[in-house]
Amino acid sequence: MAWYIFRRFLQMIPVFFGATFMVYFLVFSLPGDPIQALFGDRAVSPAVAAQLREQYNLDEPFLVQYFLYLKNLVTFNLGNDFSGRPVAEVLAQVFPVTIRLAVLALVFEAVFGIIFGVIAGLRKGKFFDGTILVASLVVIAIPIFVLGFVLQFLVGVKLGWAKPTVGAEAGWSDLLLPAMVLGLVSLAYVIRLTRTSIIENMNADYVRTATAKGLSRPRVVVVHILRNSMIPVVTFLGADLGALMGGAIVTEGIFNVPGVGQRLYQSVLRGEGPTIVSIVSVLILVYILANLAVDVLYAWLDPRIRYA
Amino acid sequence: MRFARTSKLVGLAAMAALVLSACGGGGGTGGGDGADASAVITANSTEPQNPLVPTNTNEVGGGRVVDLIFEGLISYDASGAPVNEVAESIETTDSQNYTITLKPDQTFTNGDPVTASSFVDAWNYGAAAENAQLSQYFFESIAGYEEVSAEDSKENEMSGLKVVDDRTFTVKLAQPESDWPLRLGYTAFSPLPEVAFEDMESFGENPVGNGPYMLAGEGAWQHDVQIELVPNPDYQGTRTPQNEGITFKFYSGFEAAYQDLLANNLDLLDTIPPSSLKNFKTDLGEGRYLEKPYAGNQTITIPTYLDEWSGEAGELRRKAISLAINRPEITEVIFSGGRQPATEFTAPVIDGYSEEIEGNEVLEFNPEKARELWAQADEIDPWGDKVFTISYNSDGGHKEWIDAVANSIKNELGIEAQGKPYATFAEVREVATSKTLEGALRTGWQADYPSLYNFLGPLFGTGAGSNDGDYSSKEFDSKLREGLSAASPEEGFSAFNEAQEILLQDLPAVPLWYQVRQVGWSESVDNVDTAWNGVPVYHEITRK
Amino acid sequence: MPDYRKDDIEHYVAPLEETPLQATDKVAEDVQPLSLWAEAWRNLRRQPLFIVSALLILLIIVVALFPGLFTQTAPNANCQLANSDGGPAPGHPLGFTVQGCDVYARLIYGTQASLTVGIFATLGALLVGGLLGATAGFYGGWLDSVIARIGDVFFALPLILGAIIIMQLPFFRENRNVWTVVITLVVFGWPQVARITRGAVISVRNADFVTAARSLGVSRAAALVRHVIPNSLAPVIVVATVNLGIFIVAEATLSFLGIGLPPDVMSWGNDISAAQVSLRSNPSTLLWPAAALSVTVLSFIMLGDALRDALDPKARKR
Repeated sequence: MAWYIFRRFLQMIPVFFGATFMVYFLVFSLPGDPIQALFGDRAVSPAVAAQLREQYNLDEPFLVQYFLYLKNLVTFNLGNDFSGRPVAEVLAQVFPVTIRLAVLALVFEAVFGIIFGVIAGLRKGKFFDGTILVASLVVIAIPIFVLGFVLQFLVGVKLGWAKPTVGAEAGWSDLLLPAMVLGLVSLAYVIRLTRTSIIENMNADYVRTATAKGLSRPRVVVVHILRNSMIPVVTFLGADLGALMGGAIVTEGIFNVPGVGQRLYQSVLRGEGPTIVSIVSVLILVYILANLAVDVLYAWLDPRIRYA
Repeated sequence: MRFARTSKLVGLAAMAALVLSACGGGGGTGGGDGADASAVITANSTEPQNPLVPTNTNEVGGGRVVDLIFEGLISYDASGAPVNEVAESIETTDSQNYTITLKPDQTFTNGDPVTASSFVDAWNYGAAAENAQLSQYFFESIAGYEEVSAEDSKENEMSGLKVVDDRTFTVKLAQPESDWPLRLGYTAFSPLPEVAFEDMESFGENPVGNGPYMLAGEGAWQHDVQIELVPNPDYQGTRTPQNEGITFKFYSGFEAAYQDLLANNLDLLDTIPPSSLKNFKTDLGEGRYLEKPYAGNQTITIPTYLDEWSGEAGELRRKAISLAINRPEITEVIFSGGRQPATEFTAPVIDGYSEEIEGNEVLEFNPEKARELWAQADEIDPWGDKVFTISYNSDGGHKEWIDAVANSIKNELGIEAQGKPYATFAEVREVATSKTLEGALRTGWQADYPSLYNFLGPLFGTGAGSNDGDYSSKEFDSKLREGLSAASPEEGFSAFNEAQEILLQDLPAVPLWYQVRQVGWSESVDNVDTAWNGVPVYHEITRK
Repeated sequence: MPDYRKDDIEHYVAPLEETPLQATDKVAEDVQPLSLWAEAWRNLRRQPLFIVSALLILLIIVVALFPGLFTQTAPNANCQLANSDGGPAPGHPLGFTVQGCDVYARLIYGTQASLTVGIFATLGALLVGGLLGATAGFYGGWLDSVIARIGDVFFALPLILGAIIIMQLPFFRENRNVWTVVITLVVFGWPQVARITRGAVISVRNADFVTAARSLGVSRAAALVRHVIPNSLAPVIVVATVNLGIFIVAEATLSFLGIGLPPDVMSWGNDISAAQVSLRSNPSTLLWPAAALSVTVLSFIMLGDALRDALDPKARKR
């Protein structure tokens, strides 16, 4: 297992270079001229534009730009964004709040998703199962900006239970509502995955054996059925952590959280190469680590799974 | 300023909730400020996109801060009339050579005196190519600009600027321009203290100015969160602060700010988001909102370089399009009355504006006439089954009105018409400046300084920087020159309005409506008003 | 010597002929053996859940193919602002949108684009992600590493960045239609399906029945196709059915940004995102397309449930 984990870490190196290269190339191919956009609708002075292009290496061919980026990276210099702020400083600001937000959302969807999924699975076709199905449909069909907006209006403005918007230094408790909104769609996935797995495993031989041994129902459900049903759920959750971090654009907008999703979106619109590449690289690391954790969990959940 | 990009109409849409020029937001920590007993006002804004250097600030987020911490030669009163601030007098006899005298004993907040060199050095800095300042073109009228602004130019002093003594300097323009003194209230013309030139970048983080406010110490600008301003105790100008400071909280969209306003977490919101346009008056109640026109307009530019839009047929078609747009209905329904149908190319709050420019009936809604002109054009050059498109950037909140305009044209002219969204502002600008538009383009103008010329010259002058439609008319150009060289701004008005008659005839752009600022405020503040340019008059706001 | 004939043997158990065992063990040799899929199909068509969902889907498909049967109103021809946000009127049963277009007609005509995007993006992601995921999970080793890491990179790419670029490719720019949207969604949607499939396959590949099949001489590829994949389908079906709804909504986001469908193509997603400005003044313009989307997703979720039940001999009701 240790060798397996070590190998997985080694894999990060080619992935990192491949990914940064690809992302840099995509940014390079973005349509439109970011320097021109800095001037708005106003007249573009050619001299100023040329000066700025040189400053951000935008006048170089693609490979040179990429090489310069890598060269700076070695010295831990991630470059500057168009407003002159070091990208490293930007990363240090956006990631902490987003990590808090994503972790809370993940906990929310995991806890409620599994609980609701188990109950729905055990009482398949009953009232609770139906209610959960309808609730999932609502979450899928009504876009997050509507749900978020409504929740924000009710909880934040009408009831005054929470602040309608949270800022960069938002604490865990401030982030509860945004995290709930962020985790809603994934919650639907987790519930349905758990429910199906439970139904699949309910009639398995080992469950009958366990019941026949006289084990209590809760013990059978939690230890035997649940543990064996967790593989798809854990897979989903592992992959979702990264998605929650990079894809929280709408939720972060609703609650005014200056996080990764927002920043990434703004940078794409502005064509800020160094910022995009740096953020995406960190996200890829998150994906790789989360997936590694998931694979290790597989072996724990099902001892038959072995890695060489 | 780059208002068009940071449109006021940002949708609640998944993506439109994010203004392009806003970078994230913040303000959670200051959340309780709104209900605080202190007389600090919290207002919405966006993260400034550049260090706070006057000549490098061309968007709203940075612009309103720079405007409050610097004081130029003149400022504008609420109606847009110039008021002398640092200037004691600005004199000219020929509209080309100006002598500017400063008031005595003016200082920056670090104690340095404001001298003639503070202005001359700052302007030279802004114009010199090597400094790559975004507002460079504001200095284009000054003699010697050509030399210092050229690519790779090492020259960094404009020959037209001469310091006479500490309180006097002279300006020579490349040609006579009667409205030039009017521009001097724009932030790009602010003075800079000597310390700025030592390290402009770090100066931009903690700027030292001479305006009614100053930054509340080092680190008052928390990136992506807020910027705190406190009154400048030594301020001597006319914009005396009536509150104990302003904290601008940065928001990525107006929706979130509106919710904060409702929850009394924010004192002032300068734009009502589209989803609340129909409700904000009841949400806030009487006495907590304001609707006031300002110096901005919305237009669609139809490029004259396209075959179907050139020549006589093109002219007839442009008129038909204009006549087919039901401006009163669209402003009423889409904006809940928050816009005024346009009758010319500038804005009603500008001095010299006239409602009765000859030929402005082409901006009225007249479907019969529209169909008639369209049919005439079809006889000359058949339209066929082409689609009329209006290109726009999807992140600016324009979709609703573009769709409405397209429907109006479609219904009245019986042709296919639709919006054509581009994902990024950069993309749509590139299409516009490379002259590769395939149809119409959403355009709009926000005055930099209160002058008719500012709405005409930069947009429709031959070869002008923002002339997206590539319009060119010798007659129009000469009318502009005539207006500029008039002995006084007032005498220029009639020439500019005659120039507009030519525009109404050629219709290189179709004026749609004038912008109206809709502002809302919390229960705990008072005396909110907006200026000629739609920016709230921050220094006058008081806490109840 | 006593003659121990069979008559003399005392029977302590019932004679073999009299037990039901024989019937149980009896193999009907004259009947064609049923494959897993055929058996699943036999089970499927008896389930009420399947019948209901299939009928619903059929109805939705008919609406998508022949919208003209369901409404006489041309959806885009006469949008009058005078009707903006208007309530139901004769001939316009669901009222009007902000732009004054008929909500019902747009709903009917929007079915085609939405359903096409939903179904084909889901199928595409299922095919690409399922195949790659199953291969990665079953064979493991370097193949797994390569596929998983490529998936990581695609996963981490912001959809909007990728979509803007894809839409710039000459082929896509000139042929903007539902298929370009489908391809974009598949390109960014497959890694999720791949991961779920991989996880499910890993959990099944060491199961006893796979080992049994392998020791009976079944090749690895055959074991994967015949035994592992059918037994790993349940979570994949779940993810795919939920994705269907998510993709339909994602189309709206892309279209809104100008990198999805052309503006004159109607879709539920478009209407949902256009309705947000009237969220407070006229929420019904949002609710109708959202309801149509819900019903579609519901019928596919039911179909998925039925399919899963049919494929799983253990969960089958006896």
